[in-house]
Amino acid sequence: MSIAKRNSRLSAIAGALATLAAVPARADWSLLNMPRGVSELSREIYDMHMIMLWICLAIAILTFGAMAVAMIRFRKSRGAVADTRMLHNARLEAAWTIVPVVILIGMAIPSVEKLIKIEDTTGSQLTIKVTGYQWQWHYEYLDSGVAFFSRLARSSDRARQLGSGIDPNTVDNYLLDVDHPLVVPTGTKIRVLLTANDVIHAWWVPAFGMKRDAIPGFINEMWIAVDKDKPGTYRGQCAELCGADHGFMPIVVIAKPKAEFQAWLAQQKAAQS
Amino acid sequence: MSTAYGSGTAGHVAHHGERPRGLGRWLTTTNHKDIGTMYLVFSLTMFFVGGTLALLIRAELFQPGLQLFNPGFFNQLTTVHALVMVFGAVMPATVGLANWMIPLQIGAADMALPRMNLFSFWLLFFAFVLLISSLFMPGGAPAAGWTLYPPLVLQSGSAFPMAVFSIHLMGASSIMGAINVIVTIINMRAPGMTLLKMPLFTWSWLITAYLLIAVMPVFAGGVTMLLTDYFFKTSFFNAAGGGDPVLFQHVFWFFGHPEVYIMILPAFGIVSEIIPTFSRKPIFGYEAMVYAIASIAFLSFIVWAHHMFTVGMPLAGQLFFTLSTMLIAVPTGVKIFNWTATMWRGSLSFEPPMLFALSFLFLFTIGGFSGLMLAIAPADFQYHDTYFVVAHFHYVLVPGAVFAIMGGVYYWLPKWTGHRYDMELAKWHFWLTTIFVNVLFFPQHFLGLAGMPRRIPDYATQFADWNMVSSIGAFGFGLSQLLFVWLIVKCARGGAPATAGVWDWPHGLEWTVPSPAPYHTFEKAPELK
Ligand code: HEM
Ligand SMILES: [Cu+2]
Ligand SMILES: [Cu+2]
Repeated sequence: MSIAKRNSRLSAIAGALATLAAVPARADWSLLNMPRGVSELSREIYDMHMIMLWICLAIAILTFGAMAVAMIRFRKSRGAVADTRMLHNARLEAAWTIVPVVILIGMAIPSVEKLIKIEDTTGSQLTIKVTGYQWQWHYEYLDSGVAFFSRLARSSDRARQLGSGIDPNTVDNYLLDVDHPLVVPTGTKIRVLLTANDVIHAWWVPAFGMKRDAIPGFINEMWIAVDKDKPGTYRGQCAELCGADHGFMPIVVIAKPKAEFQAWLAQQKAAQS
Repeated sequence: MSTAYGSGTAGHVAHHGERPRGLGRWLTTTNHKDIGTMYLVFSLTMFFVGGTLALLIRAELFQPGLQLFNPGFFNQLTTVHALVMVFGAVMPATVGLANWMIPLQIGAADMALPRMNLFSFWLLFFAFVLLISSLFMPGGAPAAGWTLYPPLVLQSGSAFPMAVFSIHLMGASSIMGAINVIVTIINMRAPGMTLLKMPLFTWSWLITAYLLIAVMPVFAGGVTMLLTDYFFKTSFFNAAGGGDPVLFQHVFWFFGHPEVYIMILPAFGIVSEIIPTFSRKPIFGYEAMVYAIASIAFLSFIVWAHHMFTVGMPLAGQLFFTLSTMLIAVPTGVKIFNWTATMWRGSLSFEPPMLFALSFLFLFTIGGFSGLMLAIAPADFQYHDTYFVVAHFHYVLVPGAVFAIMGGVYYWLPKWTGHRYDMELAKWHFWLTTIFVNVLFFPQHFLGLAGMPRRIPDYATQFADWNMVSSIGAFGFGLSQLLFVWLIVKCARGGAPATAGVWDWPHGLEWTVPSPAPYHTFEKAPELK
């Protein structure tokens, strides 16, 4: 094991301790937590996740604290004598039934708002149809007819064969690279239609916040919108077990400013016709 | 059978000392203690079989790249691992405990239906012979995950019907076991033991048994439809023939969610026995505990689609399943708080059963928190089908169900064998198990949040560190379990004699019979004060 690798492993363990102690902000936070992502939805989902995390942490501190106090204060070895008449307490029990209900309602309300927004695919400016195959994706820009398959990059595919002898660390974006990435415009509400040709797959790019199943014989929909100021390359994977090569059908999306996207689309169209 | 007490009094072959010795005894016994022991030994064996499969999986995941298996075989490993752990290790362990302890806890001479009891054990045994041998058949075991989703599962090889038949057998066996538990509890309680005087372990099993009877037939129906789709082109789940693949997911999870409570409710029951004993104080809020189990059982029927938020349900459906799922946290919270209150102003000591129960209390609650997070549909769009889910369900199943079962074994083992066991060794087992289970599963939360999907044999290099940590935890956990076996074998063979009460503050009928519990107990119903 190289020193650098060993160091990174040590820092990973230190990182775990840091999170356990709820000390925020570490250099590679991205290996420990959900990404905030590059769209409004992904940030809202991230916020929802963090709210839940903090609430759970707060409840955990209270309940684990009470358990710890009981374990320390009421030890037989310290001479504690059991109060065998403490059988129930209607007020207390009502309180710990009602208070959680209130907290849960508090959690539920923002999630309702977010769900309504997530499910609202109206007003989209571009529609892309995604079809899952064993084991590749097919993309089709419904408005312009541009369509192509997207499969695992050759470099990863060679390295991932059983006993290939190729060290995955030497492959760029191992398992997260494709031959033909999907290209989308930034700052645009894009409707994604999902279906599959053989078995169920699921299309997921963590930076966009959304995941949805691609089901043979049915068409699902969802929407994504990459921030205007966040062009870039975003990676994801098939997220529903779809057979032997389920782990080997990545998704790569390149988000370009609108004008560049239009130019790219026109070029593709010319090439295909 | 002429009377409810048939097996204990009617004098069949296995009565008083005339019982056959050696193998014959185990093949023909109808004694609830023998059958309980067989279930427990079977479960422990399956725990090691499923554990070996898990270690093979973790060995492949130790590093990025494929070193050991083809991806297709890897998928068979995860599928069989899960089926073995769920149906072969956890469920039979709780059935074994039920067989041993329910008659002792309610003052009955035996289970109500002893022959069916034996039949259901052997059905289970052969179900697993079929399932495990399918790994070695042409085409291999099913590889679509234990959730068996079509259309993928319909691509299985020619051993597929064997796996389905094995599930049918497991289901039939569970249903018989459940009927037996219900009939026993309803009809054979000692005079004076009203329902609301029953020990909580018995209560938890009564409710679990109703869950089993309600959902196992649904699962059996579902897999039968898979079989007809596979052989007779029925198209239940094939859109091209007018069917719907998602229908299977609804059927599966209508079974599957109650199934997770089938595994955890008996665990709740065990913990509710252990904590009072080592707090030297009766359970706090007994009735609330019973009602909490009952409400969890009821709610478990109306939350199933929280496993399916990404299939594209209507908005109203997503809202309903988010809210109903969150509601389950309320009765679950009541249980956690009542256990804590039981310890409050108690006189606590930390023998091995209590250590496992306390570890359960902390770690099951962590699984409960991640469950609450998963219930929030918008957040679940990110969590779904990632290692975050793997971490969640392992926290509720391993330090949840499995720890409670181990605690139960440490609690009742002296009653079964008549010997005290090696406390030092048990504490070593406890600490190693608790530490490694966290090394194994905690980092999987990070992996899932950072974007690693589940059910993959290979992963991108940024996930390498935590996978390595997790695999190290897995091997530590697996090896630590050898101590458990060694301890049990030692205790079965000999040791200081245990008293009838075994513990400082025994409560309940099981502690009024000598240790080891005689072959026949409560032939005359005990008097309850
Ligand atoms: C020795 C301890 C265990 C280890 C190391 C272990 C490891 C694993 C691994 C690596 C997976 C595959 C995850 C994936 O690729 O999606 C898995 C899946 C699973 N395990 Fe375990 N596990 C252990 C114990 C248990 C127990 C005790 C249970 C149940 C009572 C259980 C139930 C499951 C289930 C239901 C799955 C899902 C399988 C599927 O994706 O269909 N595991 N486990
Ligand atoms: Cu796929
Ligand atoms: Cu569920």
